[in-house]
Amino acid sequence: MSKILVIAEHSDGKLNAGVAKAVAAAQKIGGEIAVAVLATDGAAVAAQAAKLDGVAKVVVVNNAANAYPIAAVLAPQIAELAAGYTHVLFPGTTFGKDLAPRVAAKLNVQQVSDIMAVHAPNKFDRPIYAGNAITTVEAAAGTVVATVRQASFNAVVGEGGSAAVETVSVSAALPSHTRFVKIEAQKSARPDLQAASRVVSGGRALGSSENFKVIYDFADKIGAGVGASRAAVDSGYVPNDMQVGQTGKIIAPELYFAIGISGAIQHLAGIKDARTIVAINKDPEAPIFEVADIGLVGDLFTVVPELQGKL
Amino acid sequence: MKVLVSVKRVVDYNVRIQVKSDGSGVVTDGVKFSMNPFDEIAMEEAVRLREKGKVTEIVAVTIGGAKNEETLRSALAFGADRAIHIKEEGEVQPLTAAKAFAAVLKKEGAQLFLCGKQAIDDDANQTGQMVASLLDIAQATFASKVEVDGAKAQITREIDAGLETLEVDLPAVVSVDLRLNEPRYLKLPDIMKAKKKPIETIGLGDVGVAIEAGSKTVKVSPPPARAKGIMVKTVDELVAALKSKGLV
Repeated sequence: MSKILVIAEHSDGKLNAGVAKAVAAAQKIGGEIAVAVLATDGAAVAAQAAKLDGVAKVVVVNNAANAYPIAAVLAPQIAELAAGYTHVLFPGTTFGKDLAPRVAAKLNVQQVSDIMAVHAPNKFDRPIYAGNAITTVEAAAGTVVATVRQASFNAVVGEGGSAAVETVSVSAALPSHTRFVKIEAQKSARPDLQAASRVVSGGRALGSSENFKVIYDFADKIGAGVGASRAAVDSGYVPNDMQVGQTGKIIAPELYFAIGISGAIQHLAGIKDARTIVAINKDPEAPIFEVADIGLVGDLFTVVPELQGKL
Repeated sequence: MKVLVSVKRVVDYNVRIQVKSDGSGVVTDGVKFSMNPFDEIAMEEAVRLREKGKVTEIVAVTIGGAKNEETLRSALAFGADRAIHIKEEGEVQPLTAAKAFAAVLKKEGAQLFLCGKQAIDDDANQTGQMVASLLDIAQATFASKVEVDGAKAQITREIDAGLETLEVDLPAVVSVDLRLNEPRYLKLPDIMKAKKKPIETIGLGDVGVAIEAGSKTVKVSPPPARAKGIMVKTVDELVAALKSKGLV
């Protein structure tokens, strides 16, 4: 039977939502599920993890060095905790992506990144080429270290469970070569592009950074995050951290508006997991219409304000 | 200070990927390849650090078959002083690549290892972190700002919660993200000059690494096709369609 250790991401005493998705993947693998909480004082986070459906045990490591999650500090502790487990799973967030390979290398195993489906305890689907292909892989012998793709699993319920909480100590030497300085939260009042359930993106057809106001206004009306195509970024209309696509952000919102975006392959790669894609473009031949669920041919400068007024 | 930059040859980001009908992989014959875009950003950063006087030597490294020499030539055209080609025709998985790069980093005594946050072919996002882990040195992934100051560096990282700043002791591994810089266009004179720069070719065995059994690819499939969409003629029809799907 599999014994699965899920690593908890948390901040300010709150369990990150991605952990419940990693637990969902653990349930598909099947077996005994434990959650590890590494913190200064992990009691509050452990209490939340203990309620997650399917979790049998919560392991807490309290150490002042864990005040802020630093991969180099967490990895040796997790590698030690991993003894006796068949799987170590991380949420596929920047926290997990940063940390998991550091643990895998300590355990001398290859890692499986971004699992999106479980076929067997060691057999998974994962996306390659920005999701333009799906590969089914069998992990090699040894501990399976994997990150869990956030868009692919529904979070388990966090109400009913009552897992045992156990505080343990680890003996691993912790490095001091990496020090936390500060974190600046996103200043934008708009939802984060990668977490937003609605996203509005603008493309080259916007024509200037001033004209992007049409996109911002519409996004604010419907509470959406704002993105852009590479063409809009390359033209200097918006900064490149707004870029959606293979070399930018890969997103999976419930509702996506592609406005004045022709639909280059590299952009489509970033939005293929969106639940519903709406395309507005004046060129009826634009490739974006091949993937759109709802398409409207028209001038964005008249269509978007009209749409904004009617929603 | 010496910096080592790893670069990978990948299918160009503008190519529409096609999965082979036998499920053994994606079509790569007759397809354009180029340097992984994130590695271009890493190369650019190395060159900028040299322009600021922080870096004295830039060494590019890659692992893979004979064709990877093209990618090293691009790195040399960017401004690398020399390159190391770890020649291996078989499949190389991240941990194996990381072991080889860690060995080269140690041998070269480089103070900084720069790489793209991930390659756009396998999207693994592992190698940099593994190099740091194997050598027990600092890592800063998803960098959007790199400031080197003597034996330390301050790195700003683009993470889910915002922008995080870490201070690391060198040597360190830094994996770079999109907003760090915009890579320059390679000019013909630089491309010509790159042809004369040295590439050292070695094997995995020369750095004491063997190919190990890794994850096995069972099959590669195309992603599920999207259902065919509808075209609407007016904004009112669009609003009605959104309402019928329960989206507004």
